[in-house]
Amino acid sequence: MVVKMVSLTIDGRAVAVPAGTLVVDAAKKAGIDIPVFCYHPKLDPVGMCRQCLVEIGRPLIDRATNQFILDADGKPKISFGPKLETACTTPVSEGMVVVTDSDKVVAARKDVLEFILTSHPLDCPICDKGGECPLQNLTMRYGPPVSRFLFDEKMHLAKHVPLGELIYLDRERCIQCGRCVRFQSELVDDPVIGFSQRGRALQIVTFSNPGFDSIWSGNTTDICPVGALTTADFRFGARPWEMNASASICNHCAVGCNLTYNVRREAKAGGKTVIKRVMPRQNEMVNEIWLCDKGRLAYHYMESDQRLEQPLVRKGGELVPAGWDEALNLVTEKLRSAGNRMVMLVGGRLSNEDLFNLGELTEAQGGQKLLYSYMGGGDLVSRFAPPKGSNLGELGAGSVVLVVACDLHQEAPLWWLRLKQAVKRGAKLIVASARPTRLDKFATHVVRYAYGEETRTVAAFLPVNVAGAPQVIQSAAKTLTEAEDLIVIYGSDGLYLEESTALARTCAELLLKTNHTGKVNSGLLAAWQNGNLQGGWELGFRTVPDLAERLEKAALVWVAAADPAGDDPALAKAVRRTGFLVVQELFLTETARMADVVFPVLVNAEREGSYTSGERRVQRFYPALPPKGIVPEARPDFAIPALVGEKLGIELEDHSAALVMEHIAAKFAAFAGINYQRLAEVAEQWPPVGGSDLYYGGTSYLNRQGLGVTLSDVLQGESLLNPAPIQTTQRQKPSADALPVYPIQLLYDRGTTILPSALLHERLVQPAVWVHPTTAAEHKLQSKARLIYEGEAVEVAVLLSEQTPPKVALLPRSVGLLGYWLEA
Amino acid sequence: MLEGLMTTLKSMFEKPVTIQYPEQKRPVRARFKGRHVLKRYENGLEKCIGCALCAAACPADAIFVESAENTDEERYSPGERYASTYEINMLRCIFCGFCEDACPTEAIVLGDNYELSFTSRAESIYTKDMLLEPVPPGGQPTPQRTPAGVFTRSVPEMKDPTD
Repeated sequence: MVVKMVSLTIDGRAVAVPAGTLVVDAAKKAGIDIPVFCYHPKLDPVGMCRQCLVEIGRPLIDRATNQFILDADGKPKISFGPKLETACTTPVSEGMVVVTDSDKVVAARKDVLEFILTSHPLDCPICDKGGECPLQNLTMRYGPPVSRFLFDEKMHLAKHVPLGELIYLDRERCIQCGRCVRFQSELVDDPVIGFSQRGRALQIVTFSNPGFDSIWSGNTTDICPVGALTTADFRFGARPWEMNASASICNHCAVGCNLTYNVRREAKAGGKTVIKRVMPRQNEMVNEIWLCDKGRLAYHYMESDQRLEQPLVRKGGELVPAGWDEALNLVTEKLRSAGNRMVMLVGGRLSNEDLFNLGELTEAQGGQKLLYSYMGGGDLVSRFAPPKGSNLGELGAGSVVLVVACDLHQEAPLWWLRLKQAVKRGAKLIVASARPTRLDKFATHVVRYAYGEETRTVAAFLPVNVAGAPQVIQSAAKTLTEAEDLIVIYGSDGLYLEESTALARTCAELLLKTNHTGKVNSGLLAAWQNGNLQGGWELGFRTVPDLAERLEKAALVWVAAADPAGDDPALAKAVRRTGFLVVQELFLTETARMADVVFPVLVNAEREGSYTSGERRVQRFYPALPPKGIVPEARPDFAIPALVGEKLGIELEDHSAALVMEHIAAKFAAFAGINYQRLAEVAEQWPPVGGSDLYYGGTSYLNRQGLGVTLSDVLQGESLLNPAPIQTTQRQKPSADALPVYPIQLLYDRGTTILPSALLHERLVQPAVWVHPTTAAEHKLQSKARLIYEGEAVEVAVLLSEQTPPKVALLPRSVGLLGYWLEA
Repeated sequence: MLEGLMTTLKSMFEKPVTIQYPEQKRPVRARFKGRHVLKRYENGLEKCIGCALCAAACPADAIFVESAENTDEERYSPGERYASTYEINMLRCIFCGFCEDACPTEAIVLGDNYELSFTSRAESIYTKDMLLEPVPPGGQPTPQRTPAGVFTRSVPEMKDPTD
């Protein structure tokens, strides 16, 4: 598609921009600042604040010839309107002349600021935005030194209005730009806040219960051009200039959002350096300038006082603190005797470096490299993922996205947001799910199936099967066959490991059969529940259906960043029976309680490393907290296998994560050429944020620390669809009246890394099964029911939910319950 | 020589210029910059609102402030914010008075006290308790329980900003 370019003059400078660009953006691209409050480059313009007034002249056109009328010098005659125009709502046109620095414009800016400040409290000293406030900055630059308005006539409004438990509103500071309201309704489809009253009495109100019920609420504090919206988490926490910033990556889901930790040494924390807040960091390929509230607020686990502080060794049936040497020696000795009867089980919270070292140790032993995940198919994602250069932010007309068995809004919020925006740009969306999701509204086709029918539903899209399929599938299949590029995203909604592996295989087959492989913006993505599960697959770890059996038979099981015993009673039994259990963890989890040796580890903010996102983008995180800070004795995950390896004569890097990455690049083809320097490379991004541009894009941080590198493509082909179709096990129904239970994933889960954040507690998922009221009545379910798993039953609370499909029960993951059937 | 003895004799009857410090103390000048004092309002509320502008202005990085939120049940200062930690490292302080200039509520004032001595680095850190002036007569100590909706302004309205 050829974009028509338009040339215009801004302050005497010739500028060429694509047609449809707004004057304010065109000026920004030319390096000319036009101050704005209500305009935001990610939102539709409204022209509410009038701060961007400029003089705009257009060439006169002769109606007869449709040519510019020329003056004596042969230049087009320019006609300036009698009034100033808003640069944020005016698109550029050919030959336009914009003046942003005339006396008239300067005076207008000054007057508008004087108006805006008529009711602003000017309590900058106590305002959390003070120091990074667009209103403050623009007033200093363009505003009047004194106001002609009477001080006594300022509006006095409530200064402490909790919109929800996460966000506070200061009504006095609000300048009524509507960025927050527009963000919530336009961008994230959560219209839970709005304007009430009008004129000077205009106020922001929330009309949801609970208040400000949105998973995106924190972003409104970033784009608020004043300190009207602040997070409860950071309220009066520190002044912006007092904090240091350190780049990191969120590891709570597969998206891999870029973020910044703001840290400060604190007397309250006993002189330790602590994280004061989490801010988004721009990466237009990943999270743009946004973060979900989980990523923003669930960091408190890092400074939890429950963290493991020193190695523990089991003596006389009790775990007792021990020195590193003692623990390492014991593990080395046990590893020697275990030989290849060793199992390494890793979770998706580990970095690539940790996974590599743990994997190398296991390979040297001849042990098994197992990945702890309830979702399979990562090996297929490695082969079929969208190749380098793909960007969900570029999908538009001609692109089709198929989302299967996945509530993206809960499982990978930023992907949900980017898909929604892609639909706005013209992309087509097909949603196949068993229950209604927040994506249905934007889908061109919604395919509803019964739980258990996921793989068969996707198979119906295949060209060979489509003829006999229902009408909606036929029409959807036509859309995706004709698509220029096709992205298939699968999740684990209602799926266990085997089923999701089978689903992944069918999705890959669909891509292959419709010729959507190896093309930019085409491929397979998985909504993993952790930040680096894809990295686990890339580095040779695999999920296995018979995990319990393997754990039980092993002479030594080494678990890193996973809590199988806490999640699954069957695995707990297996772990208890295993020969020798080594756990490296942050907390004393259920699994750690059963261990023979427990190693304390560092959180990502205390060390260096890299994650591989669901899109196979390797991204680097940097240490934010000083070493020997919160837990002085703990070590990074990759150091522990290296220290054990040293005793066994296996050479592994135990000190520098950068060197481990070099070893990874040397061994794994997909990582070839990746090193820490390349991961730190940046490029210019649009819109510009950070620096003095706070008024433009909000307080997101500019990305100076690396945009990440997508892993190299692996050759594709039909043979790569191996293994053959997976047979899933049929589960025996315990009684005629039993309801099948399906697992679902929710954003605010009860994971080890979420629970310590007290602020989120009100929103966490409750340990209960969801049943539709009608189904509950049919099956005579009361407030409690029996959840049956592997022949054993536990009592569980029943929550009636209209959102649940009939004839099934849904069980959120991470609540410490597991079951296949529900009985009254 | 006689002339010299004369001078000696004369000076013997002059009033001595030395004073007997520390028994005697000389009053300091009006603009003297001694140890900082954190002021209170007449009702005993602290003037300091924990804005940390003094810390920002401090060229020696001697001031450390942490703030927290006031409630009507537990109020330290007018408005929403108060200093939960306020520390000045007197070893670092150069008594320039920038903190005083930066303060929006005139809470921090360089006082008359020049008698600072300590025997360790830790002692040189003056905490909020040490810096706060005593509760004025008729005032209440902080935290106070206050009626709702009265102390809503952090920064007092100044009648004459040039004062």
